Amino acid sequence: MEQVARAAISILFDGVAYGMLLFIISVGLSITMGLMGFANLAHGAFAMAGGYVLVSLMLTFDLPFIPALLLAAVAVAAVSVLFERFLYRRLYQADELDQVLLSIGLVFMATAAITFIYGPSTVSLKVPAYLQGQIDLWIGLFPAYRSFTIAVGGLLILALWYGFEGTIIGVKIRAAVDNRRMAQSIGINVDRLFVIAFALGSGLAALGGGLAIEIIGMSPTFSLTYLVFFLIVVAVGGLGSIRGAFVAALFLGIVDTAGKYLWPDGGAFFIYAMTIAVLLVKPEGLFGRA
Amino acid sequence: MTAALQTIALGKHFGALHVTRQVNLSLAAGARHALIGPNGAGKTTLINLITGALSPDEGQVLLGGRDVTALPQARRVKQGLARTYQINQLFSDLSVLENVAISIAERVGAAGNFWRRASANSHVIDEAVELLARLKLDAYALTPVRELPYGRQRLVEIAITLGQKPTVLLLDEPAAGVPSAESHIILDAIAALPEQIAVLIIEHDMDIVFRFAKFITVLASGGIIAQGTPEQIAGDAHVRAVYLGQGGDV
Amino acid sequence: MTELLDNGGGSAAARRFMAGREAWHWAEALPWVVAVAAFFVFPDYLALGTQILIAIIFALSLDLILGYAGIITLGHAAYFGAGAYGTGMLSAHLGWGEPISAMLFGGFVGGVLGFVSGWVLLRYHGLTLLMLTLATAIMLKEGANAAEEWTGGFDGLVGISIWPLLGSFEYDLWGKTYYCFALVVLLLCFLAARRIVHSAFGRSLVGIKGNVGRMHGVGTPVHGRLVAVYTLSAAMAGLAGGLFAESNAYVTLDVLSFARSGTVLIMLVLGGTGRLYGAFVGAAVYMILEDELAKLSPEFWEFGIGLLLVIVVLFFRRGLLGSLDDLRARSMGGGA
Repeated sequence: MEQVARAAISILFDGVAYGMLLFIISVGLSITMGLMGFANLAHGAFAMAGGYVLVSLMLTFDLPFIPALLLAAVAVAAVSVLFERFLYRRLYQADELDQVLLSIGLVFMATAAITFIYGPSTVSLKVPAYLQGQIDLWIGLFPAYRSFTIAVGGLLILALWYGFEGTIIGVKIRAAVDNRRMAQSIGINVDRLFVIAFALGSGLAALGGGLAIEIIGMSPTFSLTYLVFFLIVVAVGGLGSIRGAFVAALFLGIVDTAGKYLWPDGGAFFIYAMTIAVLLVKPEGLFGRA
Repeated sequence: MTAALQTIALGKHFGALHVTRQVNLSLAAGARHALIGPNGAGKTTLINLITGALSPDEGQVLLGGRDVTALPQARRVKQGLARTYQINQLFSDLSVLENVAISIAERVGAAGNFWRRASANSHVIDEAVELLARLKLDAYALTPVRELPYGRQRLVEIAITLGQKPTVLLLDEPAAGVPSAESHIILDAIAALPEQIAVLIIEHDMDIVFRFAKFITVLASGGIIAQGTPEQIAGDAHVRAVYLGQGGDV
Repeated sequence: MTELLDNGGGSAAARRFMAGREAWHWAEALPWVVAVAAFFVFPDYLALGTQILIAIIFALSLDLILGYAGIITLGHAAYFGAGAYGTGMLSAHLGWGEPISAMLFGGFVGGVLGFVSGWVLLRYHGLTLLMLTLATAIMLKEGANAAEEWTGGFDGLVGISIWPLLGSFEYDLWGKTYYCFALVVLLLCFLAARRIVHSAFGRSLVGIKGNVGRMHGVGTPVHGRLVAVYTLSAAMAGLAGGLFAESNAYVTLDVLSFARSGTVLIMLVLGGTGRLYGAFVGAAVYMILEDELAKLSPEFWEFGIGLLLVIVVLFFRRGLLGSLDDLRARSMGGGA
């Protein structure tokens, strides 16, 4: 009996960590899709870029883990601005098909470039000693790195919540997600909001990509492999809804982890069936606006 | 006699905003009925409720005495209810002929057949040509719609609708955006509509309304404030106050 | 009476005009001449040629829904894969390997799946529809993965044994038989597709793509019309899948993958949507380039196709054929 309970807790814990990871990566996609209406299938490529930049910073420049992680996120966010200005922005008014094709093209290019530079196999890095092994969280011993990931995700939720509820820029973004034309007409510079939101989203994705290396692994196919999961988080949660992305990511993380343990062959089937069911009933997602 | 089109206590609200309230309309066959009202009175919403683009929160829509409130738009069209749009809704890359042929093919049931060549539907093509001739559009039949002057495009809008052989026709600001030099084209087309069709016209241009309508309904804030002949409406003090008084020739 | 005469003349001109829209152009013979010539000129490449022909059928099926009816999907491999597994399982489990009927069975499976899924999915639009088509195809793939007993799961479906075509043409190592078979199937599919897009039904699809609100307004049962073309398209994709299973005598989960859905979309957009021949040009160019470049360096190929896609979307949105048209129109305009 105790063993069952222990296994259940372990699955739940791993699932929550995985879900947090999905949330960190996907929340930016939710904001940009809600704000700009852009079906960006290349969002995962920014996460992947974050992971590889982190590896380079630690191996080549000998930077410690946490500064390297933050620097990688900032670097990717900065570079993503170029993409927004020169590519994405040209297709804000285009139909979904063009957006999908452009971003698939970017995914291919990113995958090929990463393979060329880093080789096709999975990369690894050396996490600092304090994130290795187990950590005592009063109710029991838990893997330190996953605990760290959950903590980062929790902090991000608070920061995003404060950012969107309590700061001017957050209010503006929410207003623009709600009704872009109205926001424009009351003098909000929507164009600049797009850049900020895009950079923020890409930076968060890069952060998630860095954290992902130790949890789900990182290889050049990362952005394509997990693309569907990111999209599910966004679509099921509801475009532009941070709360929705959080709930959907946690749910997906837990169900997928449980599925892998309990029903290795059919678990994934169940996830897609659930996704379809949710979208059929609520096309705008759980927390989206109709 | 059953009315060609009737609405009974039709109502619609978005949240707390009542955009249509207690609207009772009745058009007999051959009616020439105008619906007027200031901007935001809910005229287009009412049209959308009648055609089925929106579904009402209360009340009924009757076509030829039959309740069609639950039917989707396409099914109401099959029952003889057709409309034009305030802003052109045309297939601008296709020729005028094809625009009309699409409509006629749909009415006669040819459009469900994916094996028969479109050019083999000679009855559809002949009918389209005849309809275009009636609207004096035949010279433009093979021209892509987007190359037509705006006034003629409005005419194509009407032609597509007539391809449905409607018993009830809703004209949503048929002359909107047409330069005054061309507006006689639209007026002539309206005057030449088949007599037995019941026509409901929404129009801001009072010239057109008073020339065309035998009966007028005035809408304000979603509800009917007056109904009557053009003379009665022109003499109604209440109407003048809320509407005609606003800006003379609106 | 002159008016009546005019009327008659107008009708004749109108009929000529409508017939002109669907008249054959000499250039339409080109792909078939090329395909037949390739059989004699490149006897060593017929296996690749067969796969190209199959890809063209698949892309053609996508053009019906995307190019004509404007349905955007990220899951068209669902129907290709369903056809492939349908044909493959018919042989592997029931021992029926007659190639023509087995392929038709693949088309039937694809069509039934298309009808059922289309009925549900085509009530949705935009991003929701994208997600739903994507999730449907992947769900099917995961389902096939789980149903190992039937599909062979991750290891693939083995034991497909196909009888000689028409009882006398054996499967040969150089792929002659299947090249010819695929070419005939492509021809028939193409003639059907051409017939469909030039019917009043096809015109109404163009109307739906151009202005769905107006089609509701002329009484079109839009949903039913979309389900009908989706079913036809899925059946054609199923035929392509069936041919694929027969020519390879092997089916893996790959036939249902997102990559396959994406690739067929890329092929079609490269060639040009809404013009039938875009499928021919796009699939052929894509697969020949892939064959040549991937040999040199897979990364180079992947980067190249990504870059090409970006360039096409930004600058040549009408695809290779559409851009060719534009070029010709411009040069003619300049000359006049």
